[in-house]
Amino acid sequence: MSAMASPAPGVKTIFKARELGIVLALAALVAYTAIGNPRFLSGQSVRDILLNTAILAVMAAGQAVVVITRNIDLSVGSVLGLSAFAVATMMSANPGLPMIVALLAGIAVGAVCGLLNGVLIRYGRVPALVVTLGTLYIYRGVTYSWAGGSQVNADELPPHFLTFANDSLLGIPWLVLIAIVVVGGVSFLMRDFRVGRELYAMGSSPQAAELAGIRVARNLLGAFLLSGSLAGLAGVLFAARFGTVDAAAGTGYELNVVAAVVVGGVAVFGGSGTVWGAGLGALLLTVIGSALAVLDINQFWQQAIVGALIVLAIGADRLVAVRIARSLRRRDARG
Amino acid sequence: MAPVLEVVDVSKSFGAVAAVQGVSFPLFAGEAHALVGENGAGKSTIVKMLAGVHRPDTGTLRVNGADVDFAGPADAKAAGIAVIYQEPTLFPDLTVAENIAMGNQPLTRLHRVDRKAMNAAAARLFTRLGVHLDPSRPARGLSIADQQLVEIAKALSSEARILVMDEPTAALSGVEVERLFSVVRSLRDEGAAIMFISHRFEEVTALCERVTIMRDGRHVCTELVADLTVDDMIRRMVGRDLSALFPKQDVPPGDVVLEVDRLSREGVFSDISFSVRAGEIVALAGLVGAGRSEVMQAVFGVDKYDSGSVRILGKRLKPGSPRAAMAAGMALVPEDRRQQGLVMELSIERNVTLPRARKLARLGLLWSATERAEAHRWTQRLQTKLGRLTDAVGTLSGGNQQKVVLAKWLSTAPKLLIVDEPTRGIDVGTKAEVHRLMSSLAADGLAVVMVSSELPEVLGMADRVLVLREGRVAAELTRAEATEESVMYAAMGQQVSA
Repeated sequence: MSAMASPAPGVKTIFKARELGIVLALAALVAYTAIGNPRFLSGQSVRDILLNTAILAVMAAGQAVVVITRNIDLSVGSVLGLSAFAVATMMSANPGLPMIVALLAGIAVGAVCGLLNGVLIRYGRVPALVVTLGTLYIYRGVTYSWAGGSQVNADELPPHFLTFANDSLLGIPWLVLIAIVVVGGVSFLMRDFRVGRELYAMGSSPQAAELAGIRVARNLLGAFLLSGSLAGLAGVLFAARFGTVDAAAGTGYELNVVAAVVVGGVAVFGGSGTVWGAGLGALLLTVIGSALAVLDINQFWQQAIVGALIVLAIGADRLVAVRIARSLRRRDARG
Repeated sequence: MAPVLEVVDVSKSFGAVAAVQGVSFPLFAGEAHALVGENGAGKSTIVKMLAGVHRPDTGTLRVNGADVDFAGPADAKAAGIAVIYQEPTLFPDLTVAENIAMGNQPLTRLHRVDRKAMNAAAARLFTRLGVHLDPSRPARGLSIADQQLVEIAKALSSEARILVMDEPTAALSGVEVERLFSVVRSLRDEGAAIMFISHRFEEVTALCERVTIMRDGRHVCTELVADLTVDDMIRRMVGRDLSALFPKQDVPPGDVVLEVDRLSREGVFSDISFSVRAGEIVALAGLVGAGRSEVMQAVFGVDKYDSGSVRILGKRLKPGSPRAAMAAGMALVPEDRRQQGLVMELSIERNVTLPRARKLARLGLLWSATERAEAHRWTQRLQTKLGRLTDAVGTLSGGNQQKVVLAKWLSTAPKLLIVDEPTRGIDVGTKAEVHRLMSSLAADGLAVVMVSSELPEVLGMADRVLVLREGRVAAELTRAEATEESVMYAAMGQQVSA
């Protein structure tokens, strides 16, 4: 039976090795930095890294879902900006509103933006790259024209909103808790639920997904809705953490988010990778930034290193694909 | 016994082309039913209607006596119809078990996907089918044969009572075909209705009880296989009105222009040899997938080949280089105009002058006057109907687009013209014009190789016909020898018995 002698086990280990590779890289980086400067592992330093990771990881979770369906959402940085400005304005005008209202308002703003992306992509039949590049500018433009050059300062915001970023539950900052819940929850959804598996299927073979009777339109809208909502949530976290919000908040974040997802092992052509891998990617990128500062290496290197990691991650994908194609061809020739 | 599925008087058109017209046939439980016909007879359209991909324009489908109207593949699936396409449609990144269960995975109480139950169900299906596949391995890397078995398992898991198989054996070896057949036979014996589409008559006679023959989108007959000989089937598939022929002018052949010697590419085609003289039209006929386009792409250098040689006017051509082929005087008009032949957004004149932009350029720039004059000359000669030369090519009709492609290549003054399906999707009037044009080009001393799936076109235009079957030359027929029957016999691998 030819099927039993196939190269499947090798393929499987490579897929598993993706997340393992990030963990190893992370461990090596932390160990090396800590040896150079033990303060790197101090409570405050770790806390800072986790707080900085949280916002990126929340957005990466949404982006990972979109990329798994063989799409991309470039508008997340602008959605973050719009949500942050909207929520900060709302809180400064109504200081009495509880935090949960702020969070829900941010999510709602993001959800609307995400849904619009999804509708344009599915019903306008325009590639996600183009649509979200357009909405990147549109959402940012809306924020700018609303703000009109003004900004919301920390002293205009209610104290309970600002302390949310630093408050903790059982010693874990709320921001980090939220990020863990989001990454964990979305990972769980993608791994163990029907809709998650359908999203993987859509990215793995869009054509087959249509033929299999998967509700492609609904799922695609859902993926973009999720990505937008999480970017909206990230906007609230951003406003709470930094206090001062202007119309430029989150400019350029989309590239960090995509980088985290790709470095985290999600295949750019969809169908494989995990959400928690993307979360690890976010952590790795943040740790690199901090480590370079601690090791007193020129910050300019940071971008080059992130770039190299992306190329490495994509290179690994291609390598797997080429190997499989080659083994398939050999087998076909034999058959 | 009432049929499980009835196709009742269905028709389907795509634009002006009627793909299927008034076709009816029944499908019975516990029976394998073959659907045969030439390329373009409308078989695939029928399959897609059963799959819920296309909706019939008129007519109905009836499942268990009730009319059904499929809005999409999900509806067809729900009605118990499973379709296995020639190219399996699996999700390469997901496991085999997930592929089988997609859409109705077993769930735990918390609505999570129950992987254990899913793998166990897949394993049970494989045991039932008598195959050994690991349910937890990814579908990526499975052979075509194994992918098809996964597709069948998929059909079984959704309790499909009607199994439609579109040329499932095209990519299988003999042993794999046998294994597939034993699986299909046991399903049939358990009461499933099988619709089996194949070009191989020995498979039809070995597997099926009933056969429906289609020709040019119409239903010819539905009979018991036992009542028909292979000869009967072929005759009914091709028995077409031969009045609409396009005779090529007879030209005394000149020097040998193209010489292809034992060209081979592993797994695609092997040992292809032929030559073409100036003034000759040589047709490459054969079934879809026989390797005709692949051979010509290799000759032109778009694809590589493993061994053999290509000579133009006696000089050996560098393999794998379309640039060298063009420099040597070759021109290729590809099968898919939209994808490969034209830049739809560019103007007509720009498209015409594209392949020789460098020659027309002066001081490294293209001057529109030169470009226009050149484009004007060729579009006039080919009688292209167009508004302005500056209009986008995409605004022209299919036939006129094809003329622009021809103009584009003829302006390079080629010695050899390769045309792949020159009249696909073109209306009858323009078709005749394209044929007249090819004939006059040959009369001017051009050597032409034509890949065509349309038998009348092959018979009317070609001085010689090269019939390919499964990547090999099955027959080389002169104009006198080439008839509908002889070409079809060769293409299907049957001996001429009449």
